[in-house]
Amino acid sequence: MSTRKRFSWYYFSSPQSFYPLAGALQPWCAALAVLFCGVGLYISFFVAPTDATQGEAYRIIFIHVAAAWMSMFLYLVMGFWSGVGLVLNTRLSSMVATALAPTGALFTFIALWTGALWGKPTWGTWWVWDARLTSELILLFLYIGFIALQGAIDDQRRADKAGAVLALVGVINVPIIYFSVKWWSTLHQGASVSLTSAPTMAKTMLLGMLIMALGFWMYSIAATLARVRCVILERERHTDWVAAEIDGLA
Amino acid sequence: MNWGSWQNFVAMGGYGLYVWGSYIVTLVVLVAEIVSLTMRRRGVIERLAKYYAARRRNHETET
Repeated sequence: MSTRKRFSWYYFSSPQSFYPLAGALQPWCAALAVLFCGVGLYISFFVAPTDATQGEAYRIIFIHVAAAWMSMFLYLVMGFWSGVGLVLNTRLSSMVATALAPTGALFTFIALWTGALWGKPTWGTWWVWDARLTSELILLFLYIGFIALQGAIDDQRRADKAGAVLALVGVINVPIIYFSVKWWSTLHQGASVSLTSAPTMAKTMLLGMLIMALGFWMYSIAATLARVRCVILERERHTDWVAAEIDGLA
Repeated sequence: MNWGSWQNFVAMGGYGLYVWGSYIVTLVVLVAEIVSLTMRRRGVIERLAKYYAARRRNHETET
């Protein structure tokens, strides 16, 4: 039996105790996001040298790769919390999954948009239906499908379950995106950074990319925490603590 | 990296449209999300305040 004083991971699985924690963490993540993105932008434009073959066009890499990483990573996190919500029936897990989807969709859009603007000067085309680009587009549709499906079902618990099943089935797409440049011949270049081999790019370029990715990561956490707080207030409105919280704010 | 002049920085070696088109749209998307989240929070608080006020009025008329 757990006593009141013993720390428990389950403590923060209750929306009531997670709400203030999210509120406390959010400004720190936002501040770190501004810091990392500021340093990242400085390196992107004032430290990183001109690319020998692509000229200045390559500078899109700093947001393109960071956004593409976030789009896949956020989907995995969304799938994870959807799965936890489905198996353990914890309300907060489903709320976190719901809160992650719009931010994930936005980063997927940014990855596709910056990819098109990078493709035009380097490949000569905005878009090709090859494996990498198509699977990333499917990722965008999965995010939108998840949001639409949850929004279309009135019963919250059923909406969470249906969304979770969709999210989990869609997880298969993430390794397809990641390995698509290896499995199929494609216009898209291979991974610039991998865990198994040395990066194939200049140190300052890599540093800029990693710091931008950290910035986007912190931004995603801040945005998700802000959104999950809204979701918690909406869904827990029948509880006394939300009524007290609103009374204190309004 | 020394750009020399403001014009050179904006021109991005002839790729200005693509580079700035990427960075500006990314900035707009992220700012739009921040604004929408701020508005959503305000909206939720406003709506729930009305909801609780209505609930309290109903209680008073019932008793």
